[in-house]
Amino acid sequence: MTGPRPALETAAMVRAGEEQAVDVLEHHLAVIDAGEESIHAFNLVTIELARTQARAVDATVTAGGDPGPLAGVPVALKDNMCTRGVPTTCSSRILDGWLPPYDATVVTRLTEAGALLIGKTNMDEFAMGSSTESSAFGTTRNPHDTTRVPGGSSGGSAAAVAAGFAPLAIGSDTGGSIRQPAALCGVVGMKPTYGTVSRYGLVAFASSLDQIGPFATSVADAALLFDVIGGHDPLDSTSLNRPTPRVLSVLDDGVDGMTVGVLAELLEGAAPDVVARVSEAAEALAAAGARVEEISVPEVRLGLSAYYLIAPGEASSNLARYDGVRYGLRVDAEDTVAMNTATRSVGFGPEVKRRIMLGTYVLSAGYMDAYYNQALRVRTRIIEGFAAAYTRCDVLLGPTAPTTAFAIGAKVDDPLTMYLSDVCTIPSNLAGHPAISVPFGPGDDGLPVGVQVLGPALSEGTLFQVAAVVESAAPHLASPRITTGAPV
Amino acid sequence: MAEPARLTREDVAHVASLARLHLTEDELDLYTQQLAEVLDHAADVASLDLAGVAPTAHAMAVTNVLRTDEPHPCLDRDEVLAQAPSVEDHRFRVPRILGEAP
Repeated sequence: MTGPRPALETAAMVRAGEEQAVDVLEHHLAVIDAGEESIHAFNLVTIELARTQARAVDATVTAGGDPGPLAGVPVALKDNMCTRGVPTTCSSRILDGWLPPYDATVVTRLTEAGALLIGKTNMDEFAMGSSTESSAFGTTRNPHDTTRVPGGSSGGSAAAVAAGFAPLAIGSDTGGSIRQPAALCGVVGMKPTYGTVSRYGLVAFASSLDQIGPFATSVADAALLFDVIGGHDPLDSTSLNRPTPRVLSVLDDGVDGMTVGVLAELLEGAAPDVVARVSEAAEALAAAGARVEEISVPEVRLGLSAYYLIAPGEASSNLARYDGVRYGLRVDAEDTVAMNTATRSVGFGPEVKRRIMLGTYVLSAGYMDAYYNQALRVRTRIIEGFAAAYTRCDVLLGPTAPTTAFAIGAKVDDPLTMYLSDVCTIPSNLAGHPAISVPFGPGDDGLPVGVQVLGPALSEGTLFQVAAVVESAAPHLASPRITTGAPV
Repeated sequence: MAEPARLTREDVAHVASLARLHLTEDELDLYTQQLAEVLDHAADVASLDLAGVAPTAHAMAVTNVLRTDEPHPCLDRDEVLAQAPSVEDHRFRVPRILGEAP
């Protein structure tokens, strides 16, 4: 394999005392130092925090203890997950200066597993966007072509992994915000079943859709990371209190005897080269013993509209907390309402304002039935449509995004066109289902294409098995020019 | 279901005020056009006949989430208040809330 060394291998070497965590870290800090100026994957590189964690891992190994399954592996964290005493901005001015007084559960689990938290990654402001261009701190650039977007909203996490800044990263996926940037940056990205990874400490965007998940350079590394972050958490009342599927142990079980449905609706708006890659992935699965058929779930066509009513509705409520009173920015004014208004008008960027207003509108008297409640009924229909498909198929297959990475600036003035980048990923969020994006060679322009595997709730084991077969058949994709250092 | 009337500039001004956002005249024009486009796209949802279909607010609904009634430490008060823009006597301080007395 080319490119950076797998996290699984690094962790094994660190645990065996064959390599020191501090050396792994310094290598990655050097790669960041060389490439970050042209990529801007990070809002903050947490050098001292990571060094402290690396020394602790090495001390544990020296003392004969077990530092955990991610021992010495640098992990980049999307900047909407709370890190105690370390700035957490959501790439928004409104959280200027805020130091969270607690750690998100994923942060606690990563630390306990021996991971090194190497930095907080750039994102669309409050995860609202598909290109990372709505960040208040400037866009992240795609390591495969720095004139292109990395996708979004977890564009910084995807770019960090693609550029070799960290072997693993964490993102959040509300309508595709892990899978779409993973596809555009040529890495693996996975959205778990809603409720399998704790949202405690994840700054809320649309609470019924938000889900934390892994980025990695391979399906196996993504499986390793999912196994660490998944599992019930009493601090998140929507966390599922039932066994979370373990995925690393079933990775090589193959697809023999499975039925794979190629989801027709996801191919409708996709570019011809993207459609061709999906067909090749389907052929590879057939060659590996799966039964492949085309399947239609017409309700999926309504997903985009339903999502852009439901998610802004929830966001308008969640973001009401940014009032200049308890944390972050305050712009002073003569009374409290004027202070709230001044703070929010200065602190939020245009995309966040659009979604707050859209959400406020669809929840307001006279429009709630026509828009929001209607969208919730469509959500039921989409779940029923998927359920029917999963009586025949084990998993569904389609593109992750309709096109390869688009040019920076191409869609910023046209929100609806930007929203269409999420058309293939949104249905899984509405249904609460897991889905994974696997890089599958280049498109006609040489940029990465992602193939998406979708499954029913808690089908993560099956999903990773299928993803592993897709990955093994993927055409060669040139490494980003930025990863020039020797693998460490 | 009947489609609602098209979003107007007045609607946007109203929701901006509800959401505590100040918009310039130019922003009002821009957002009215952009939000109307999104809502036009949503006409496929708004115009469906879905009478009798139950709404889904949460795909993986869990109910009666309780924990055992044991005390745990909560966030440290001073650490929380240290993040506030303005504090007085261990409380969040805000500007005047009520109008002038009549």
